[in-house]
Parts: sequence; structure tokens; C-alpha cells
Amino acid sequence: MQGIEVLFMGNNLLRLLSGLWVTIRISLISIGFSLILGTLLGAVMTSKKPVIKAICRVYLEIVRIMPQLVWLFVVFFGVTKLTGLNLGGETSAVIVFTIWGAAEMGDLVRGAFLSIPRHQFESSLSLGLSKIQMYVFIIFPQAIRGLIPNVINLSTRMIKTTALVSLIGVTEVLKVGKQIIDANRFEYPNAAIWVYAAIFFMYFLICFPLSMAARALTKKHGGE
Amino acid sequence: MKIFKKIAAFFAASALAVTFAGCNNQQESGGNDGSDNSGNAAYKTVDQIKESGEVTIGVFSDKNPFGYVDNTGKYQGYDVYFAERIAQDLGVELKLVPVEAASRVEFLETAKVDIILANFTVTDERAQKVDFALPYMKVALGVVSPDSAIIKEAEELNGKTLIVVKGTTAETFFTENYPDVKLQKYDEYNEAYSALQDGRGDAFSTDNTEVLAWAKSNPGFTVGVETLGSTDAIAPAVTKGNETLLKWLNDEIAALADEQFFHKDYDETLAAVYGDDEAYKENLVVEGGKM
Repeated sequence: MQGIEVLFMGNNLLRLLSGLWVTIRISLISIGFSLILGTLLGAVMTSKKPVIKAICRVYLEIVRIMPQLVWLFVVFFGVTKLTGLNLGGETSAVIVFTIWGAAEMGDLVRGAFLSIPRHQFESSLSLGLSKIQMYVFIIFPQAIRGLIPNVINLSTRMIKTTALVSLIGVTEVLKVGKQIIDANRFEYPNAAIWVYAAIFFMYFLICFPLSMAARALTKKHGGE
Repeated sequence: MKIFKKIAAFFAASALAVTFAGCNNQQESGGNDGSDNSGNAAYKTVDQIKESGEVTIGVFSDKNPFGYVDNTGKYQGYDVYFAERIAQDLGVELKLVPVEAASRVEFLETAKVDIILANFTVTDERAQKVDFALPYMKVALGVVSPDSAIIKEAEELNGKTLIVVKGTTAETFFTENYPDVKLQKYDEYNEAYSALQDGRGDAFSTDNTEVLAWAKSNPGFTVGVETLGSTDAIAPAVTKGNETLLKWLNDEIAALADEQFFHKDYDETLAAVYGDDEAYKENLVVEGGKM
């Protein structure tokens, strides 16, 4: 148990929790934006027009191919270099995770929309619904069932990837952990395992309720 | 569908814009000859810093004992001690920004910090992108060996086995200058230290700050060679072209020599790790920018 006391020294536990709050704040805002923009993008991606299809494809591939770390550097440093606009670390992080989340979310929504039988589209239109009404009232409610597990999966991935933001000067929970380990590296060389265990537990605490919620939602919509 | 088209176009346009920005960015940092500062965001001059009432300094937050955050959440260390003095002498508030080794140059190029004080080693390559002030610390190679067979001169290593970490200055230095030394290479520091403790090699060499700190907390081992190879300077850096701040820093470092400020800094922050030994101190501390 040697080293576990480091967690309770000074303000360490409180600092880890405030680091966790930074992680949650960035992830939740990004996931929120991604859900909205991704749903719209998903609808756009089902378009039959080759130009629109190609543009969406290019956007999705660019976002997927470039590592999130590169995106963070491009937005945090690149934008300032080009335009002089000084974005803060957290703002840049939210922008990057939204660009990424919206693309991935869009692809998930596209898949879910395409899985809806063709006659659902045709009958809604023949009933006189507008395209937007068709998506809002007919297609989306049916698509949501298959969508939920994937969206939760994407959300937990986004939460875990936020650990990268320490490279643009944002101190999230993992960075706080590293600071604590390093500050005590001479007196408590074995503290690392306990600090990482605490962080593991914290990530679990935010990701587990998400998957529970997913299960509950899937059940609810499955019953319809 | 019109609204969808517009949204799609917006997404595509912003994605492309950001991507081109990225390419452009890489070209700049790769091919900048140092004289062209168009890529640098507007830095703050000394007057502007004083006017704003705040100086922003980038430090490490997990490099004990140079820049780290203690258990109460307060920044500490050799670099931080100097940063506090800079703010005090400028008569402004100090704002510390945690930086990583990989992004120190970018923080200056984009003027997101006024000064970097993060154990920044002066190299020719970096000097093309940022302006270094006078050094306040120095680092060279050190050799640590067991007390039972202390290595006091690099020459004693000929024919013996030396442990090094791959990609470090030590590896290059011994390969070039001491071809008769048998090198045993490891990927990570903790592997190398285990190898030394197990007696798989006769000695271990890397940055002297690192081996000195390690020997302190591992009885039975001594740093027999404290400085070896070329000595590298550690200095504050400012955005390229920020001449007023560079001059202010150089004057400050020169003036601080009168009160032996960096010796005091060592006593306050590094002595706990490296000890009070005068020889150790002289191996690390630089006063008035004189190496």
C-alpha cells in the first residue's frame, strides 16, 4: 500500500476532481455540439447528389485520417499564427472535438438512416410531409434505436481522448495525476500506481453511467 | 434540402480551410530561416506587459525539481522561483502556463506566453525560431557507478560496459569519442537504472542533472564523473524579434549576479534533491549568464 497516502496529501484529491471536471466539461460540450451538428450532417450525407456526397466524404476522411493531436495543434497554434486570433486552450479543444465528433456522428447517423427501409421515406413523402418533417417525425425516431449504442461508444471515446488537451496547456485529470506523481517522485516513487488507479476509477465513474443509460434507452426504444 | 446543402458547404469549407492552415503551418516551422517573422503573432513588449499588469510565463508542471506543482496545487521549482522574481521586478502579476517539451517553441511563436522558462536547452535549431536570453543553468553528461568500483574518469571506461539510453546525448557522445567503451543500450530510463543495480554494466551515463538526482536517492551509487562532453546552456526564451523583453531579461540576469540570485534559487529548490555540495552547485548554476 506504499504510496497511496499521496492521494490524500495536501489538496491532491480535490485537484484530481477539479481536473476531472475539466475533462467532463470539455467532453460534454463537444458531445452536445457533435450530436446536433452530426445529426444534420448525417441527413446531408444521405443525399444522392454526387457533389454533396463527395464533399461529405472528403470532410469525414480528413477528420479521420488526421490524429486529434494534430488537430489540436492546428486549431490552438495554427489559427493564432494565421489570423492572430488567440483561442484559449479549452475553446480550441471544444472546437477540435466538435469537428471530430460531428464527422463521426454524421457517419453513424447516415448509416442509421440508410438502414431504414425505403418505403418509409416514400410513404412519408406521399403522405405530403416535407423532407424536414419526414426526418423529424418518421426517420429519426426509428433510426435512434440502432444509433444509441454507437453514440455512447463515440462519447466514451471522446471522453478518453480529451487526455490529449494537456499538450495545449489545459490541465485535465490525467495531467493533474502526472503532476502529483512527479511532485512526489523522490519521497514516494511507488505513488504512480495509486494515482493511475484513482484516475482509472474516475474515468469509470463517468463512462459507466453512460453505458447504463445507453442500455436503458435501447430497451425503451426497443419496446416501441 | 437547400438548408442541408448550405450546412454541408459550410462544413466542407471550414474543414478545408483548417487543413490548408495545417499545411501552411508545417511549412513555416520547417522552412523558416529565422529572419522572417511574419508567422509570429504579435508579442508584447516590456511596456505592454507592464501596462497589462501581467506577465505570462510558460513552465513545466511535471518536471520536479525544475518546474512542478506541489501537493497543495502551487507551482514550485528552480524555473518557477526565477519566474516569480521576473514578475516581481517587472512589477506585474505572474501568470504561469503549463507547457510540454514538444510545444514550447509553438507557445512562443504564437505569443501565447511572453517567456518560456521550462528547462529550455539552447540549440542552434531552436535559436532559429525563438530568441534565447542569457543562460541561468547548464547541463552536461554525468557518469554514475557503484561505490565498490567508482569510475572517476571517462578513460577508465575503456574496455568496460557502459549503460546508456537510446537516443540520448550520452549514446552519441560515447559512440563518437570513446569507441573502446562497450555500450549496453536500453529504451527507457527505468530499465537502464535496473540494469545498473543488477550489475549488468559497470556504469551508466546520461544528463548530469538526472544521474545526480538518482544517486542522491539510491545509496551505494556515486556520480564519479560530474561533467563530461559539451556543456549545454539552459536559458529563458522569448518570441523571435521581441527585443525589448530580450534586453530586459539579459539586464535582469546580469543584475541578479550581484546578489548571487541563482545560488539562492538552487538552495531553495534544488538543494533538497541534489544536496548542498558546492561542487554539485557549480556544475549546474550559471550566474550573470557566464558559462
